[in-house]
Amino acid sequence: MVLSETDRKLIASIQDGLPLVSHPYAALAAGLGTTEADVIERLQRLQDDGMVKRMGVVVKHRALGYHANAMVVWDIPDDAIDRVGKLLAAQECVTLCYQRPRCLPDWPYNLFCMIHGRERTAVLRRLAQIIDANDLGDIPREVLFSLRSFKQRGARYAARPVRAAHG
Amino acid sequence: MDNIDRVLVNELQDGLPVCRRPFDAISTRLGISVTEVTDRIGKLLDDRVLSRFGPMFNAERLGGALTLCAMQVPEADFERVTEQVNAFPEVAHNYAREHDLNMWFVLATERPERIAGVIAEIETSTGCRVYDMPKRDEFYIGLKLPV
Repeated sequence: MVLSETDRKLIASIQDGLPLVSHPYAALAAGLGTTEADVIERLQRLQDDGMVKRMGVVVKHRALGYHANAMVVWDIPDDAIDRVGKLLAAQECVTLCYQRPRCLPDWPYNLFCMIHGRERTAVLRRLAQIIDANDLGDIPREVLFSLRSFKQRGARYAARPVRAAHG
Repeated sequence: MDNIDRVLVNELQDGLPVCRRPFDAISTRLGISVTEVTDRIGKLLDDRVLSRFGPMFNAERLGGALTLCAMQVPEADFERVTEQVNAFPEVAHNYAREHDLNMWFVLATERPERIAGVIAEIETSTGCRVYDMPKRDEFYIGLKLPV
């Protein structure tokens, strides 16, 4: 799909959020010099084409009481990664699950998932349950808890401003 | 944050429909007016419970690129390196983590070819090697963090 000038203006106008009014797309249309129906149609097309994943929220985990955030990394044989990746992604409290390249010899891990919990012991307990219930005990893994978050914002692109949900 | 806020945040995590009155369904389910729904979302944003309300973009589909990077930073240099890394506008998130690789950040660039350039600049400015771990595959998540 090729983005038109109007599509780009629309993306720029909503990257910082939707207007908090009963008819947000009518409000956007007024600023773009088009109609509400046109804005809705364009956004639906952007969603159908996968450029917009959904209209939703980014929650601040810490503000919601999720103080522990663990990146759990696994060294999984390439032919098993699809099965284990889908299995981990389906677990409650797993919020991201990505396959990434190994950086040998220093970094053997190729599957990354995030587990959020109210405290570390809860995250570790949840991880132990997942390992136990799915027979993952033999897979080499490490748990990397976050200590501090220095910077947390959506991705910004200088020339063509757009925000991404996550890395 | 009261119980209505909690239900609201959980509902919003599922996403809103793209239609003329996107708040109507949620307002009916919660038994509050549309104005109260939008007021509460505004308050949750002001209180930094939500950092964002709106479209979740797929950067790659829009022509951009994302990658996860890690570095092993000597403890004595950590503050300096943090400042140097965060000064790059392409750095979106940066976390200290407990590991030999103790700094983890996400790079987001407008063009894929810019990723290598930013990594080289970060290595030059910090003196630390950057491990580049771009996403190969993403496993679908049901997007639920119950509050």
